[in-house]
Amino acid sequence: MTGQREIGIAPRHAGAEAVPQAQARANAGAEADAHRRARVLMKGNEAIAEAAIQAGCDAYFGYPITPQAELLEWMARRMIELGRVFVQAESELGAINMALGAAATGARVMVSSSSPGISLMAEAMSYMAGSGTPMVLVNVMRAGPGLGGIGPSQSDYFQATKGHGHGDYRVPVLAPASIGEAMELMATSFELAERYRTPVMVVADGILGQAMEPVDLRFRTPERRAFDWALTGAVGRPARVIKSIDLDPEVLEKRNLALQHKYREIARHEVRWEGWQLQDAEFAIVAYGTAARVASSAIAEARERGIRVGLFRPITLWPFPEHELARLSRHLDGILTVELSSGQMVEDVRLAVEGRCPVAFHGRMGGLVPTPHEVLGALKALRARVDRTRETGHRERVESRGAFSRGHGSDGDGDGAGIHASVHAGERHGGRR
Amino acid sequence: MTLRTPATPATPGASAARLIYRKPDVLLDRSTHYCPGCGHGIVHRLLAEVMTELDLPPHTIAVAPVGCAVFAYDYLNVDFVEAPHGRAPAVATGIRRVRPEAFVLTYQGDGDLAAIGTAEIVHAAARGERITAIFVNNGIYGMTGGQMAPTTLLGQRTTSSPNGRDAALMGYPIRITEMLAQLPGVTYAARGTVADVASIGKLKAMIRRACQVQIDGGGFAIVEALSNCPVGWGMTPQESLQHLKGPVVAEYPLGVIVDRKAPGAAPVPLQPATGPEA
Repeated sequence: MTGQREIGIAPRHAGAEAVPQAQARANAGAEADAHRRARVLMKGNEAIAEAAIQAGCDAYFGYPITPQAELLEWMARRMIELGRVFVQAESELGAINMALGAAATGARVMVSSSSPGISLMAEAMSYMAGSGTPMVLVNVMRAGPGLGGIGPSQSDYFQATKGHGHGDYRVPVLAPASIGEAMELMATSFELAERYRTPVMVVADGILGQAMEPVDLRFRTPERRAFDWALTGAVGRPARVIKSIDLDPEVLEKRNLALQHKYREIARHEVRWEGWQLQDAEFAIVAYGTAARVASSAIAEARERGIRVGLFRPITLWPFPEHELARLSRHLDGILTVELSSGQMVEDVRLAVEGRCPVAFHGRMGGLVPTPHEVLGALKALRARVDRTRETGHRERVESRGAFSRGHGSDGDGDGAGIHASVHAGERHGGRR
Repeated sequence: MTLRTPATPATPGASAARLIYRKPDVLLDRSTHYCPGCGHGIVHRLLAEVMTELDLPPHTIAVAPVGCAVFAYDYLNVDFVEAPHGRAPAVATGIRRVRPEAFVLTYQGDGDLAAIGTAEIVHAAARGERITAIFVNNGIYGMTGGQMAPTTLLGQRTTSSPNGRDAALMGYPIRITEMLAQLPGVTYAARGTVADVASIGKLKAMIRRACQVQIDGGGFAIVEALSNCPVGWGMTPQESLQHLKGPVVAEYPLGVIVDRKAPGAAPVPLQPATGPEA
């Protein structure tokens, strides 16, 4: 049914009752606990912090960095108010290792930071993944590389999904597209962390962190689990050790195989995505987070102009909804991926699509956000290319790399596909870099 | 705190004999991976004795370092978490904050504590975290093959200072325990050594005091144990002990550096820790 959003969630373990945001909104009327439900205007960082608190976060460790400082400040006030643990650490290294220690005792812990800080936290992420220590980490992404800038960005997709620290490990990565969804996903992320004994990352961008949106003050507190691994003092039981090291290669491979088994389970049960206007779609825009919000506006405009296009929005960036996107791609003439980056998720899109239809890319960097108009332009360009391909009867693959070259290049059609910022650079400098 | 007396007869019928030597139960019956003559075993033993005497093992959550003592949990039968290199004081901070009732212990070497982990140790001390830090200083990176540490003596040859440590190129040894002792959050800081029997007795008293400070609700407590690394130093165990007593102690003076009374904190009684499964 066109216009109605469908949410894809793979069947999960019993006991999981994650309510997708859209669905939750639909069910809102039936909710009994009205006292926890009020619609207020909240800043993203603060809403995320409060949602974590309401999800039962026992301890928060942080270090100031823009654009997530309000999250730390909210925690500083509220956690102390509630008699819970808040520590402003000496560095992001300090913060995440405090989280490691607290989590090792079975506490529900959280850290947050922004891109450069996440790089510092990468070390402990690897240890926590290796030793099976649950934790929730929020990355309010800013533009990089290096110190970069404080504008919104999605340039940490590779970092989040392909590995932050060293070693063969993954962490579930959740990408909300609204402040309300971010709040819901905080509870989900604690659930995932504790169910699978893994760090879980929530990635937002500077817009989600800094913007204010009306949100339902609807919170969920995941049930407490009994942990047979937590360090609580060896009373009436053998001593426990939480570690990642094993110098015996045979033993370490077994440990790795167990990890990979866990990741397959997560990939099987925890894929989340949202589709919108895909029923009759000839084209799809694949985008997450703020980029998906922009894409939605572009889709509405495109539909008015008779372009049948829908939105495929991954909510879990890892596990990526690859099978769902692969199925969808069989019925599509083309896919446009939109990101606040040079094109990172588009690689996973291509891997999922496996050449079944052309995959184009449009992105902005440096803290800039593509406009719906730009996205519409890129979409039209993709459609024109597909049409030309049809006319010539020659199946030409339109890929972002190709589009990138055209953006700079000889045919100068300026079709909008490719990296907008690079096109500008090309114009200024009169050619290819 | 009940003192467990080691003179308790271990077996019926042995009551006539006076037991003068008993391995503390918390010290697991394993041969260690430490090199022959290494001082880590002595420090483990002292720690095990003190913990047993103060009835600490059931309350303990310990943090293992990266370095020679990385497998400390193979020898000490208490709950342990592994920390990334140098981060043990931060990990211990996290444990301390969510488990006020636990006895929190870190065990680090000089590469771990005085090089890569300087920020973590300084700020844990500055916050006055109620943790007990055991710092084994043998002036070298033993685990990785004997490279220069910040604590390496001037002129000392290591695999990464093959011509001897040259102050012009490599700077000077760090007396980090004295640095930490400046901070008001540090309730107790002392330096002992495993060099001879008399020193070992004094070192044990220091470790005991550092544990007692935590039990009494004091702030940060650290004991630096000057130790030897015969293999890394290129010496026999006997030579290494002589070296320890000579130039090493000359650079790192022994004794209690600071012993502040707990700053107004009421003693926190130790109780068996309660976990989600308890």
